[in-house]
Amino acid sequence: MINKLMKSDFGGKVFLALLAVITAYVAIAHLLIPQGNSFHVSIFTVTLLGKYLTYALLAISVDLVWGYLGILSLGHGAFFALGGYAMGMYLMRQIGDRGVYGNPLLPDFMVFLNWQELPWFWLGFDQFWFAMIMVVLAPGLLAFVFGWLAFKSRVTGVYLSIITQAMTYALLLAFFRNEMGFGGNNGLTDFKEILGFSLQSDGVRVALFVSSAIALALGYLSCRYIVNSKLGRVSVAIRDSEDRVRFIGYRVDFFKLWVFTFSAVLAGIAGALYVPQVGIINPSEFSPINSIEIVVWVAVGGRATLFGAVLGALLVNYAKSYFTGAFPEIWLFGLGGLFILVTILAPQGVMGYFKRKTKGAESIPDESMKAAVEGEAK
Amino acid sequence: MFVVCTLLFNLGHADSSKLEQSFALLTSSNFDDKSQAISLLALSGHEKTETLLNDILQGDLYYIKKDKRIVYVTRDGSKVRLTDALTAEDLGLVSKRKAKKIGINNELRNQLKIELASIKLYHEDAKQRQIAVEGLIGKANQATVQKLKLIQAGETDRQVNETIDIVLAFAALESGSVDTQLESISQLDGNLNPLVLSGLKRLVAASDNKQVVAAAAKVIEKIEQRVSMFGYVETLFFGLSLGSVLALAAIGLAITFGVMGVINMAHGELIMIGAYTTYVVQLLMPDHIGASIIISIPAAFMVSALVGIAIERGVIRFLYGRPLETLLATFGISLVLQQTVRSIFSPLNRSVETPEWMSGSMQINSLLSITYNRLYIFVFCLIVFALLYLVMKKTSLGLHVRAVSQNRAMARAMGIKSEWVDAMTFGLGSGIAGVAGVALSQITNVGPNLGQAYIVDSFMVVVFGGVGNLFGTLISGLSLGVVGKFLEPATGAVLSKILVLIFIILFIQKRPRGLFPQKGRAAE
Repeated sequence: MINKLMKSDFGGKVFLALLAVITAYVAIAHLLIPQGNSFHVSIFTVTLLGKYLTYALLAISVDLVWGYLGILSLGHGAFFALGGYAMGMYLMRQIGDRGVYGNPLLPDFMVFLNWQELPWFWLGFDQFWFAMIMVVLAPGLLAFVFGWLAFKSRVTGVYLSIITQAMTYALLLAFFRNEMGFGGNNGLTDFKEILGFSLQSDGVRVALFVSSAIALALGYLSCRYIVNSKLGRVSVAIRDSEDRVRFIGYRVDFFKLWVFTFSAVLAGIAGALYVPQVGIINPSEFSPINSIEIVVWVAVGGRATLFGAVLGALLVNYAKSYFTGAFPEIWLFGLGGLFILVTILAPQGVMGYFKRKTKGAESIPDESMKAAVEGEAK
Repeated sequence: MFVVCTLLFNLGHADSSKLEQSFALLTSSNFDDKSQAISLLALSGHEKTETLLNDILQGDLYYIKKDKRIVYVTRDGSKVRLTDALTAEDLGLVSKRKAKKIGINNELRNQLKIELASIKLYHEDAKQRQIAVEGLIGKANQATVQKLKLIQAGETDRQVNETIDIVLAFAALESGSVDTQLESISQLDGNLNPLVLSGLKRLVAASDNKQVVAAAAKVIEKIEQRVSMFGYVETLFFGLSLGSVLALAAIGLAITFGVMGVINMAHGELIMIGAYTTYVVQLLMPDHIGASIIISIPAAFMVSALVGIAIERGVIRFLYGRPLETLLATFGISLVLQQTVRSIFSPLNRSVETPEWMSGSMQINSLLSITYNRLYIFVFCLIVFALLYLVMKKTSLGLHVRAVSQNRAMARAMGIKSEWVDAMTFGLGSGIAGVAGVALSQITNVGPNLGQAYIVDSFMVVVFGGVGNLFGTLISGLSLGVVGKFLEPATGAVLSKILVLIFIILFIQKRPRGLFPQKGRAAE
């Protein structure tokens, strides 16, 4: 089935092959090659790469709705953070009585706030399976309700972008409140172990890295499956001319709703893998700028290619790690300049540049083309 | 009566015999003697009376055990240095044990406070007298009542007189017969001083006369009604003030986004630039803070407008018809502008001084006061809005802007230079953002992140009001502010903001075109 799926997806094949090779190499090089050898990969690099891979998965989820459905979501950071919080709550419960206050039931921040019992929404998070269900359910449900409201009433384009931004902003404010019971300003941190294994141990870190790679590969394949299916073709049609698709008789809102929800779930999974690797989740993940940054990764890599999103996420984040370390003042200039240059000079991103060179079969419609089509329709 | 007569007689004249008597009694260990001493001291009219009373209250006054001299004590190594309380003469270093503190108890403390307040009753400044009288509400004893009645006869300030009435009414409440109580209750009717309310409540709890309780309860109800009404008025004002800030921040966006359809994510940074312009203007003319704010308004308009025109010519013009790309590019611009400001002015917040004529507040009654800067910002918002409205409706630029936004091709065919109009419109919107920055610099700190705090709100205001409708933006800004402030007591500031956001998200579902949608062909 995978063969059939990847038949016309040369870039995807290259990407998956590279991902497999690099993952295997990093894992083996870290575990088997002794420290001091120049081929050894340090645990710091492994964790950093793991973090990038979760970003890449997040970027794919945004590319699915933006590139193939035409919804510019400025709220995917919220879904990512919700998945992260679900995972964080599980890790928090695993601390048990090893916290500073030594309370076997309540996390430290609740003891600090003088809470007597666990709030109802924290129940069940001591079970891994329950937490995993919530990783999928929390962002999925939010996206479903939000999308159901927005798509039913045909909120589109810029308006949709702005209300997704309002959504993540509202969540940002909400999670900052101590009364919400999610650790307020400080968020959730000081994690000890996952499934009984210490989070500090190299083995667990490598395992998390490998799981991120597997999740990315599976996420890529499922998105490719959706894109190649009839659902995907209707999505592209909706992106190019929503009204026409509706006139033909498709329920546009349903198509949008399912793709949007699926994408939110992917983002949530990425968040859940991100949190144990960085060791903290706090409300700043909800800040609107984070969500916009994700969009830029996709724009840099190239929309509607999926692997372009991965490439963009890796490139921008590598640049970010480098610049914020080397020239902290320049980073915002660089990021800002990147936004401007990419949108004006290379609206189809790095992949679009390659495509033009190789004259790929799949065309990415320009938004100006789309505007022309719509103008003609009126 | 004797006391009162001597008081009258002594007013303004120092009476050294009283002072000596008082000092003699002060060193007694009997508290009754001390109480008399304090009364005598208060009556003495000596220029240092107030300081002395204060020092007794604070426990700073000592006396020498041997010769009963009243002194101040300062520590100096293991010994203490003594200074005479009246003449400030240095009496040399002595052992700690030689001096003893003048001890007081709670009763004396009360007496001291009342005496101190009564001294202020003769202060030259009516405001000081007012404060002194207010301090006596519910505390006046028989002697003070007599004193107050005398003072009232010669008092010229109306407000002080009224307050004395309250104090007297209160004194009557505590001690008088049923008739006097009833009379004083009716005197207190409609008085908004919080002490009056608590005093009446105490009376209701203590009194066993039904008539008195009923009368008091009636007055309490009336007062509480007025208190809650003024509470509403105050919340309304806070709401309008918050709303005018929102509307000011959003009006510029109503032009760039509403009329031109450009998603300008750098709008907040244009506001920030306006605020920094105010800061720079103030640095340039530190001696004229009051005038600097006036000069800042056109300066901020020009600076922000020029930056805006540069953005339009440099970036946005390539992206017309591609709203989502415009959003990303302008977001990039906002990052660059933030970092530029951070590099020039440091990432720390700068505070802009508030000129004198904008600080302070207008006291309407004891419950309601309106701060001038909020009031001015509200008025300023209305003025800016009115001017903009005139520009859009009455000038040729406004006409061209509306023509281009309705039908670009047709406008061009009529000979309108659409590119020039685009640049000017964007400049106008940006300039107004800068003007909003001047206003914001008066109520919040000026920092590189100033703009980010307002960008989401501004978009909400414009979308809620109806894109392309200036009037709608004003109404929506004001109403969102008022709604937010009325929610606040019940939910807290943050939650009320969240609720307003959720409300707007839901509202857009129902009416995607906002409160006042544009009608006609231009809507498409």
